[in-house]
Amino acid sequence: MKILVGYKRVVDYNVRIQVKPDGTGVVTEGVKLSANPFDDIALEEALRLREKGVAEEVVIVGIGPADLTAHLRNGLAMGANRAIHVTTAEAVQPLTAARVFLKLVEKEQPGLVILGKQAIDDDANQTGQMLAALWDRPQATFASKVEIADGKATVTREVDAGLETIEADLPAVITTDLRLNEPRFIKLPDIMKAKSKPIDVIELGSLGVEGGDHLKTTHYAAPPKRSKGVMVKDAAELVATLKQKGLL
Amino acid sequence: MSERETMEYDVVVVGAGPAGLSFAVRLKQLQPETTVCVIEKASTVGAQILSGAVIEPGPLDALLPGWRDNPPPICVPAGEDEFWLLTKTGGRKLPVPPGMNNHGNFIVSLGAMCAWLAPQAEALGVDVFPGFAAADNVYNEDGSVAGVRIGDMGVAKDGTHKAGYTQGIDIKAKVTVLAEGARGSLTKQLIKRFALDKDSDPQGYSIGIKELWQVPAGRVTPGKIVHSFGWPADNDTYGGSFLYHLDGDRIALGYVSGLDYSDPEYKPWEAFQQWKNHPHVKPLLEGGNILSAGARAIVTGGYQSLPKVEMPGAILIGDTAGLLNVPKIKGTHQAIRSGMLAAEHLAANGLNPAGFDAALRASPAMDELKQVRNIKPGFKKGLWFGMANAAWETVTRGASPWTLKNKPDWSTLDKIGEHEEPKRDYVQRELPPRDRLAGVYFAATEHDEDQPIHLHVADTTICIERCSVEYGNPCTRFCPASVYEIVEEAMPDGSQGKRLQINAANCVHCKTCDIKDPYEIITWVTPEGGSGPNYQNM
Repeated sequence: MKILVGYKRVVDYNVRIQVKPDGTGVVTEGVKLSANPFDDIALEEALRLREKGVAEEVVIVGIGPADLTAHLRNGLAMGANRAIHVTTAEAVQPLTAARVFLKLVEKEQPGLVILGKQAIDDDANQTGQMLAALWDRPQATFASKVEIADGKATVTREVDAGLETIEADLPAVITTDLRLNEPRFIKLPDIMKAKSKPIDVIELGSLGVEGGDHLKTTHYAAPPKRSKGVMVKDAAELVATLKQKGLL
Repeated sequence: MSERETMEYDVVVVGAGPAGLSFAVRLKQLQPETTVCVIEKASTVGAQILSGAVIEPGPLDALLPGWRDNPPPICVPAGEDEFWLLTKTGGRKLPVPPGMNNHGNFIVSLGAMCAWLAPQAEALGVDVFPGFAAADNVYNEDGSVAGVRIGDMGVAKDGTHKAGYTQGIDIKAKVTVLAEGARGSLTKQLIKRFALDKDSDPQGYSIGIKELWQVPAGRVTPGKIVHSFGWPADNDTYGGSFLYHLDGDRIALGYVSGLDYSDPEYKPWEAFQQWKNHPHVKPLLEGGNILSAGARAIVTGGYQSLPKVEMPGAILIGDTAGLLNVPKIKGTHQAIRSGMLAAEHLAANGLNPAGFDAALRASPAMDELKQVRNIKPGFKKGLWFGMANAAWETVTRGASPWTLKNKPDWSTLDKIGEHEEPKRDYVQRELPPRDRLAGVYFAATEHDEDQPIHLHVADTTICIERCSVEYGNPCTRFCPASVYEIVEEAMPDGSQGKRLQINAANCVHCKTCDIKDPYEIITWVTPEGGSGPNYQNM
């Protein structure tokens, strides 16, 4: 079986996000970019399935500008067999991403697609579900445990009420939650090996994907600052202040 | 346990700063067939670089002649220079000392510059590995340096192996180039092992604390460079500020305190915050936002403290050797210069380090340090003597027949009660951050809490039984990130006792504790690779 894994590059989770002074976006210049943490979990799960003998090949997919190569090399160093780089200078929204994946699914014929449940930059949580619908295959989202046997995936999902276990016929789409696994550390020699692994470069326009943005972002703003606290000298003043503010 | 994996290179460089990267670039320019790797403890190149920084472009011109057509992301030509002696409420503008005239220089973010330099090294075939910390030196049977050992990943706080445990590999090389920056942890071991400092004075350091601000439009004059001394430092403490106007309504500012201070109650972070509230500075910042903040030790011993920079199998370059020029408050040009010189030496001598020490000492980098060797030590005798001495040394270009001595910084603290508390003419602060913990937030420092503490305190009973009485635990004050805390807690016998608590996850890797602790019992070692501050444009 072949597994296709989405491997998106986002602003690193340790970076303090700063809104551009003009409100048109967030600052990405001089900022560390790294793999979406849920995508690292997706890749780790695919690698474990390969190590168990369930899968033979793990292919990571990135959609983005030319300099995405270094990011994909990290995924290859983690252990993916090869990478597909769909090039575009534009930021891609979930529906376009799902349509790109559909084209690649048709081409690659994977038995399983594993995506992060969401990317930590836009927090959309849509691509996996949209892909399953476009592909007309089962989806198992928010996975915290995955078992593959007899052409079926048994997936434990993290839902509000607790854990839900479902069974899905393969091929299917699985999206990963935080507790599915802990991604491995990359080893130096594997970084060197990754340099010779293949990356297929495909121009987004050549895939015949219906493009265009479906959502328009109007404005970005930082959360309002907390105003300065007021020191009160005793309980009586505290009560009086709260009453004055209509909080009591 | 399985056999430790090994990778071999001709040269391994520790540290992707200006020295290490310049070295790698130069060596590949001269000998493309030589294999070179650079390892870096930060998760990405530049994330743990912190500097002013105004740089002299000469050495960069020599290294990359076309760089001005493809400049680093933050690179503002130096404009007007100002030099102030501050009082609490005002100050006096003084003539700019010749060493601090920045005409022709550039204000950069050194972090962004290193992130810009790394791909240029990679394009020449250098392997740059961020996220991997060199935890130890590795030696050959004959005692020479064989390379470095990368730290293990996935070790729990108690030393046991977590599920993802990955053993660090050894990188073996014909030459190991230490480019760790001031007070490198591997360099410290090598200096001891090879007695590299037996013919030099002890090394001296300062701590620089910096913030990058985004301020409301209209306040910034890109290129303007302002330095000050005086308030809030007292006469016996060496302290001064820098304030650089960048483009995009950004200001880089910071405060440098000499770690040779004697006042056990001195708080370098507080001095910085006080200075920000000076009437010359506060109006620039009010209503703005902090983009990034951090701290780093600066090497200031200069000429007389420079250790031998070669040993069998290894060399020291840049600030880990100690090449910063204090009166200029610049080390980047010296770092690049020494990196290039090291590459040229190794290329001409079949990668043999022997002779590099002599080559460096005969170079312009050393001439520059010799001329200014007496300036910083002069300030040990107070601000006014220091000023007069600096003027003399500048006019004579260091021709004095004497060389003033440096003392180790750990030895300069007075004991509590023996130090007359200076009149700390401090103000009520109004600008953020409120305290050090609020400041650390802007360093975006990150350490997996479940890993061994990377600040080794040899004997914590000294902290409680001796230091608390003699010096009042100065680690709780000199650390800019509130790593050290003395907490009171109930002892097994029911009495109240004290304990040193090390909040290692706050650490910004400045190395001040390793330098200033008066008992020399704190040792800074590398945490898990990729841990530590994540500076942006510092």
